[in-house]
Amino acid sequence: MQRIVDKINELFANGTVDRVLGWKVGEFSYDRTPYVFTKEGGLDGFAYDSFCANNLSKYLIAESRKEGKVLVLLKPCDTYSYNQLVAENRIKTENVYTVSIPCKGKVDVEKLKAMGMTGITDIVENGEELTVTTLYGDEKVNRCDVLCEKCLACQKTAKECDEAIEGEAYEKPHKDRFATVEELEAMSPEERFAFWRKELSKCIRCNACRNVCPACSYIKCVFDNDNSGIASKANTDEFQENMFHIIRAFHVAGRCTDCGECSRVCPQGIPLHLLNRKFIKEINELYGEYQAGDNTESRGPLTSFTKEDCEPSIVYEKGGK
Amino acid sequence: MQRIGVFVCWCGSNIAATVDVAAVAEAAKLEPAVAFATDYQYMCSESGQSMIKDAVKEHNLTGIVIASCSPRMHETTFRKTAQAAGLNPYMVEIANLREQCSWVHKNKEEATEKAIVLMRTAVAKLTLNQPLIAGESSVTKRALVIGGGIAGIQTALDIADAGYEVDIVEKKPTIGGKMAQLDKTFPTLDCAACILTPKMVDVATNDKITIYSYSEVEEVKGFVGNFTAKIRRKARYVDEELCTGCGACTEKCPSKKNPNEFNMGLDNRTAIYIPFAQAVPKVPVIDAKNCIKFKTGKCGLCATVCPSNAIKYDQEDTFVEENYGAIVVATGFNPIKLDEFGELGYGQIPDVITSLEYERLMNAAGPTKGHVLRPSDGKKPKKIVFVQCVGSRGQSCREKGYCSKICCMYTAKHAILTKDHYPEMDVDVFYIDVRTPGKNYDEFYRRAVEEYDVNYIKGQVGKIYEENGKVMVQGSDMLGNKQLTVEADLVVLATAIEPDETARSIGTMLTASMDTNDFFTEAHAKLRPVESPTAGIYLSGVCQGPKDVPETVSQAGAAASKVIGLLAKDKLVGNPCVAGSNPLLCNGCGQCANVCPYGAISYVEEEVRGPGVREVRRYAVVNEAVCQGCGACTVTCPSGAMDLKGFTNRQIMAEVDAICK
Amino acid sequence: MQVNENKEFRPRIVAFCCNWCSYVGADLAGSSRMEYPADVKIIRVPCSCRVNPMFILRAFERGADGVILCGCHPGDCHYSTGNYYARRRMTMLFSMLDYLGIEKERTRVEWVSAAEGAKFAATMNEFIDTVKNLGENRKLRDLRCKE
Repeated sequence: MQRIVDKINELFANGTVDRVLGWKVGEFSYDRTPYVFTKEGGLDGFAYDSFCANNLSKYLIAESRKEGKVLVLLKPCDTYSYNQLVAENRIKTENVYTVSIPCKGKVDVEKLKAMGMTGITDIVENGEELTVTTLYGDEKVNRCDVLCEKCLACQKTAKECDEAIEGEAYEKPHKDRFATVEELEAMSPEERFAFWRKELSKCIRCNACRNVCPACSYIKCVFDNDNSGIASKANTDEFQENMFHIIRAFHVAGRCTDCGECSRVCPQGIPLHLLNRKFIKEINELYGEYQAGDNTESRGPLTSFTKEDCEPSIVYEKGGK
Repeated sequence: MQRIGVFVCWCGSNIAATVDVAAVAEAAKLEPAVAFATDYQYMCSESGQSMIKDAVKEHNLTGIVIASCSPRMHETTFRKTAQAAGLNPYMVEIANLREQCSWVHKNKEEATEKAIVLMRTAVAKLTLNQPLIAGESSVTKRALVIGGGIAGIQTALDIADAGYEVDIVEKKPTIGGKMAQLDKTFPTLDCAACILTPKMVDVATNDKITIYSYSEVEEVKGFVGNFTAKIRRKARYVDEELCTGCGACTEKCPSKKNPNEFNMGLDNRTAIYIPFAQAVPKVPVIDAKNCIKFKTGKCGLCATVCPSNAIKYDQEDTFVEENYGAIVVATGFNPIKLDEFGELGYGQIPDVITSLEYERLMNAAGPTKGHVLRPSDGKKPKKIVFVQCVGSRGQSCREKGYCSKICCMYTAKHAILTKDHYPEMDVDVFYIDVRTPGKNYDEFYRRAVEEYDVNYIKGQVGKIYEENGKVMVQGSDMLGNKQLTVEADLVVLATAIEPDETARSIGTMLTASMDTNDFFTEAHAKLRPVESPTAGIYLSGVCQGPKDVPETVSQAGAAASKVIGLLAKDKLVGNPCVAGSNPLLCNGCGQCANVCPYGAISYVEEEVRGPGVREVRRYAVVNEAVCQGCGACTVTCPSGAMDLKGFTNRQIMAEVDAICK
Repeated sequence: MQVNENKEFRPRIVAFCCNWCSYVGADLAGSSRMEYPADVKIIRVPCSCRVNPMFILRAFERGADGVILCGCHPGDCHYSTGNYYARRRMTMLFSMLDYLGIEKERTRVEWVSAAEGAKFAATMNEFIDTVKNLGENRKLRDLRCKE
C-alpha cells in the first residue's frame, strides 16, 4: 500500500494527475468505499488491502468526463473491465491514467458472518491471518477461507496500464471457474429449474447487480426504456424474476469479463455469476476461447460469426440432461 | 386513439370456404381500436378497393387491416389504396388468411378461430404503427470504375455512352488489363490487341471518361448516390500533360535489365518505360527502384532527351477527391502463385511456364516476336505438354476449390495455334474434364482434337522433372488405365486464377461482401448478378467469379445498365422501414455498427437534449439511404435505443401478445 | 389455454418467419395446400436477426407453449449476414433456457427457404408434436395469464 501512496503522491506532485479514484475507509473499519481523492484534499482515509473488492473501472464513465486527469487503481481483474469499457467508447482515455496494482484476492465479510461471527467491530489483517474483533471476543480466521467467490477462480493477470505496481508473488487459488456451472449442467432439468427458482425468487430487483456491472454501463437499460416493451421496475411474478436475469445475462454475454461483482453485491446472495459463466463457457466451447476485455479492439462473439458456426440445435445434443 | 378499419376478403371461395369471414369481421368489431369492419368477395378488385377508400373517408379511419392473401401478394396494392384514400401507405397491415390459414387448414372452426387471432394480431400491430415517410436522397451523376481491364473499359464506355461522366481508376500505368497481354481470343481467334486497343482508344478519346492510370482508390465514404472517393495518383515522374509519348526517354535509358512485367518477366525493359506500344495513356513511368537517377543521383538522361520537359524527378503522389453516384468494381484477376506446387517444377525448370507466359511467347509483339521458343535455350520445342487444372478444382489448401473456367478453352486455343504455326510439333494436353459450354466452344475444342490432332490425355500430372535436357511429365492416363511419362521440350501449366490481391481491401472499403475466395458476392446469385448487396456498388468481370472475355463484356454491359438506371434518377426513394437510434438512450458503444452489413451506422459526438438531459454524448446515427432494414442492430443494442421502423419492439411484442392472448 | 371438447391439448405456437425466405416458404406451403395444425401463428419479421430474445421470452410469458424461428439458410440471407448473428444469439438463448431447467425442445430454429413449402409444413407438424408431448408450458409463463 505504501508504494501505491508514494506513487500517487509522486504523480500528484509532478502534475500528471489531478484526482485519484481509489478506496476510502468507510463506516465500519472493514468497509472500503470507492472514493475520488483530489490533489488538494490529499489521501486522507485512503486504503488498499484485502477489503478493497470494488471494481473501480465503471466509475470512470463519469470521472473521465470531468476536467483534469484522473488516476485509477486497477486490480488485475479490473483491467479487463477497463479495456472492455474502452472498447465500447465509454471512457475518455485521454483523461485517465491507469495504474495496475497487485491483488491477492479480496475478503468477503459476508462469509465471516456466515461463519457465525456477529457484531464485528474490527478486522485486522496480518499476512494470511485475519483477526476478527467482535463484541463477543476475538477470532482468528485464515484469509484464504473467506475470499470472495470471484477471487477463488481468478486467474487474471493485469493487462497493460500506464504504470504497473508489482506485488509479491502470490499463489492463486485453483478453483475451476466452471465447476459449479458443470455441476448444474449435470443435474436434471427439474433440479436445475428448482435450483434457479430458489435462487432467482430471492431477487428483489434492487438493481445492485446492474448498477455495479461494468458491462451494464448503459444510460438507460431496456428495463427502463418504455419503447422496449419490457420496461418494468419490479418483479411482479416468477416469470419476470427469470426474464430480468436472462436478459441481463444475455446483454452482457460476450462482454462480461467475469469480474464477479454482480454476485458480490447481491444483497440476497444470488449466484448471478453462474449465469454469466454459463455464457462464457458456451462461447468458449462453441466459438473458441474468448476473454472480454483482453484487448480494446476485437469484436465480441455475439457481434461476429463464422459461416461454420454450429446450429442452435446443438443445445439439444449437448445441453444438460 | 387509432380508428382502424378491418376488411376481410373472401378471395372468392379461397378464404371463405374454410374461414367464416363474417365471423372474423364480427370479431373485429369487438376490438377497441376498430371503428369499422366488413367482409367482401374480392378486396383487391376495383370495387373492393373503392369500398376501402369510401370506408376510410366515411369512418375517418387512421389505418386499415386487410385480412386477405399474403402480404407478398397485395401489400403494395393496398398501400396504394390507402394512399389514394389519403392515408399514409404504411398505416396498412395485412392478416394472411389465405396462404397461412385457409389453404393450410381444413377444419372450418379451427381455421376461423385462427383467422380471428391473425386479424387481432394485425390490429394490435397497426395500433402502434406510425406514418412512415420514405427518405429521399440525391444522386451524383458520375460513376467510378475501379479497374481498367476489359471489364472496366466496357462498363465505362457503356456508361459514358448514356451520357454520364465516368472515371476509371487503374493501378497499372496503362489500362487494358489482362486482355492486353493475350495473343488471340477463342473461339474466333481474332487477335486480342486488334479488338481491345480500339476500345482503349475510345476510352481515351471519350470526353465523358477520365482515366486515372497508375492510381489507386484510397478511401471511399458515403452511400448509394453519394459516394466520395479519394484517389491516390502515384508519382510516375512524368508529367502526363506535357508528355507526347514519343518514347525518346525509353530508348536512351541506360538501366535496361529490369524484368518486363507485361511480358511476364520473359524479357527486360528499361527503368523508364511504356508497358506496351498501344498503352493508354501512352505516357512512360519511371520505375524508381531500378532508375539510376533515383538510386545514385547521377544519370538524368531521360530528362535531357525529353523534348517536352515532361520528366519530373520530384513528382510526388497526389490525391484527387471526387463524388460519385455509383461505383463499379472491375478489379479482375491474377494467375495464382505456383510456389507451393514444387512437384510441377515451375520456377526451377525454365521450360515449365504458365499459360499467360505462353500467351506472351505466341504474341507477335512478345519477347520472341511470336515464335514459340524455349526460355532455356531459345530453341524451338518439338513437343509441348499442356497441363490443365493447375490449382483449380482442388481440395487442399494450396488449391482453389472452384473451376477457373477459362483454362479448358485457352488450352485448346494454345494447342490449335501451336499446331497451326508448327504442324510438325507434338502437342499433348493433360486434363481432368474438358469443359466447353458456350457458343461455338465445343466445336472449337473438337477441332483441336479432330482437325489438329492434339493428343488429349485424361489424367492428372503428378510430377515434372528434368532429365537429359528434357522436361519429363509424369502423369496418369485414366482412359488407358496406365501411368505414363512424357518427354517434352516445353510444359505449359494452365494456372488457376484468383481475384486480384487488392480486391479484399477494396471490398472492405466499399463494405461490399465477398466470399471466402475473395470474389465479390452478388446481391442475388440469379436475379441480381451484377450488383453487390451494398447499394450503389456494381460488379463487372472476374472480380465476381471466373469468366472469359465474352462473358465479361456482357456482364460489364449489364453492370453499366444498372449504373445508368441509378444515375438516371434524380432522387432515390429509400425504404422507410429502417433502423433509427434514440440519442437519449444510445451510449455509442459501437456494437450495432459491428453487425450492420451495410456500414449504415456511424457515431457522432454531439449535444443531446431531452427532459433533464443536456450533455455531449456519442451516439449512433443511421444513414437511412444505406440501411436496408434487417434489424440486426436492434437486437445487439442492450439499451433498446436502436429500433426498426415498421417492425418496432413494441409492435412485435404486441403481435406476440395478440397471438398468445 | 385452448381446450376443446375431448380435452385434447392444443399448444400455442409462435413462429417468427423472415420476410424473404421462410415467410415465402410458409406461403408456398399454403399455395401447395400442405396441411399443418392451426395452432401455429406466424409473425413476419424482416430477417431472423430482428428477433430479439425478449420476444421469445415474452411469448412464453404470455402463454406460448413453443416458439420457433425460421430464417433463410445460412449463406442465403437477404441481408447476407443476418441469420449468422441470429444463429449465435439463439444458440446462446436456448442454452440459457436449458440451463434454467426450461425444456429446450420448446424453442427451435429452422432454416426454411422460399422453395421449401414442404419443409415448412413438415417442420411445423413435427414441432407441434414435440410441444404436444411436452404439454403445457408451466415453467416460463406469467402466472397471471393462466386461466
